Amino acid sequence: MAATQERPTAKPAAAPRPAGPLGDSVIEFRGVSKVYESGDVGVENATFRINRGEFVFLVGSTGSGKSTLMRLLIKEHEVSSGVIRVSGRDLADIDRKRVPHYRRNIGVVFQDFKLLPNRTVYDNVAYALQVTGGTRKEIREKVPDILRLTGLSTKLHNYPDQLSGGEQQRVSVARAFVNHPPLLLADEPTGNLDPETSIGIMQLLYRINKAGTTVVVATHDAHMVDRMRRRVIELQSGRIIRDEDDGLYRQADQNTAEFGAMLRGDDGMPLQRRGKTARQQSAEDLFDEAFGDDDK
Amino acid sequence: MNLGFFFREALRSMKRNAVPSFAAMAAVVVTVLVLGIFIPVVQTTTGAANEVRGRVLANVYLQTKATDADIERVRRLLTSETPHVKTVEFVSKEQAYAQERKKNPEAYSLLGSNPLPDTFRITPDDPDNVAQILNALQPTSASGAKTLVDPAIAEVKDKKDDREKILTATRVIKLTGGGLAILLVLASVLLISNTIRLSLFSRRREVEVMKLVGATDWFIRWPFMIEGVLLGALGGILAVLLLGVTKVALLDPLATDLPLLAAPETMNFGTLIAILLGASVAVSAAGSGLSLRRFLRV
Repeated sequence: MAATQERPTAKPAAAPRPAGPLGDSVIEFRGVSKVYESGDVGVENATFRINRGEFVFLVGSTGSGKSTLMRLLIKEHEVSSGVIRVSGRDLADIDRKRVPHYRRNIGVVFQDFKLLPNRTVYDNVAYALQVTGGTRKEIREKVPDILRLTGLSTKLHNYPDQLSGGEQQRVSVARAFVNHPPLLLADEPTGNLDPETSIGIMQLLYRINKAGTTVVVATHDAHMVDRMRRRVIELQSGRIIRDEDDGLYRQADQNTAEFGAMLRGDDGMPLQRRGKTARQQSAEDLFDEAFGDDDK
Repeated sequence: MNLGFFFREALRSMKRNAVPSFAAMAAVVVTVLVLGIFIPVVQTTTGAANEVRGRVLANVYLQTKATDADIERVRRLLTSETPHVKTVEFVSKEQAYAQERKKNPEAYSLLGSNPLPDTFRITPDDPDNVAQILNALQPTSASGAKTLVDPAIAEVKDKKDDREKILTATRVIKLTGGGLAILLVLASVLLISNTIRLSLFSRRREVEVMKLVGATDWFIRWPFMIEGVLLGALGGILAVLLLGVTKVALLDPLATDLPLLAAPETMNFGTLIAILLGASVAVSAAGSGLSLRRFLRV
């Protein structure tokens, strides 16, 4: 597929930094605090590291600081103290003018999709390439590709308000990934979606992660976190209270609830899966083919 | 620069935001119309005021028994040796008599002979310099007595009251005209910038998303600026067309009857159009560019 050939060319643009003593961490937080002007504490003394190719869940209730972390990462806010490094680069060293260039190396997906309302699906995705000065040829090649892989080929010329929530989020993911960024942030990507649609989105993110992109997902969708068994970083009132690999949404002592959730999940899943397979399968295969499962 | 892309973006957003775009254009049309009417009006009134100012005169009355040689000598004195003189007009006693009798036939029919002297009417180069001319023609000596520079001159006089009235009147006209012009321009700029801000405000979400995708400030700004320029130019052209129609249909027929309208000091129509179009384009471009700054801080 065209995308496969483009991947090597896209990657150097993402400027992976020499690892050095930092190891292979894409994101490094060291003693990061964020206090808003109102005096509210967004994040307090957060220290963690996310390595290249990881898939990480940020969990915690509303107001626990997940979104603040995301905002700090895309440099929408400045840290009050501490250091954030992305690909070894201190975010404080990026001056205002360079922020747009920095953001091009990060795909972002939001709960409310943040699509441009007066552009078609195609143009929304194309815009992400246009800002980086992508040529028309490049756009004509990449955009239909990514839209096909996200299962949106039939919706190219629809406007966002003509799409379902799930479809809009797919557009948003497509836009975030069309540049093949080394890092993809998703802030409550399934917050507005029903469980079935959410699974589709998570599958997309999973596949993007398999293709080598580091993915950070902030969510309070316990179901999803428990099912995926990935690294979980839990926040509470701005503080990191848990960071474990293969984590669950809740800690192990909540056995009963977890058990119930799992039961319900096991009950519901096969039914949902069946309905979805026919349409979903082809897109997934394409995706694997295109971005290659390096692990396999 | 990818100018084609920015142009397409600008056109797209004009199409998709037809109503705010139209409002911004209407604001430009109104502003340019107001300016286009007001600029010539101010110019004509100040022109007229200046003309009145130009009538400030000093009169040099000669002795009634002055000979032709005396007259010539005084004329030379006035034209070449007195500072600040713009023009010198000679009114002979016969001309003066004819003029005055026309104004007041009864009084003059009572007079058997002509009591009026020959007169030179001096126009100063600037109305404010009249005093200096007077001083040159009748220097005041240390004792305070006035001596005339030429024996043929009987008296030198300026119409002091008239002069002061004219000077205050023209000053008032200039000040009020200038004040009104400033107010109007201010109102217009506010109107335009407000309209632009409104239309941008409705698009702040769009700007926010663009920033999140990694668009640089100028990448976002260019289409908006081009849009501003296009709207400004469109509005300007529309207003100028209206002005042109008004001029051809209303002013030109009247101009022959009303010399005020045809005052030579009024800017010619072409220059006016160029200024108005330039101003409308510049203001809308600057307006959109500046108003955008607020929303670019994401």
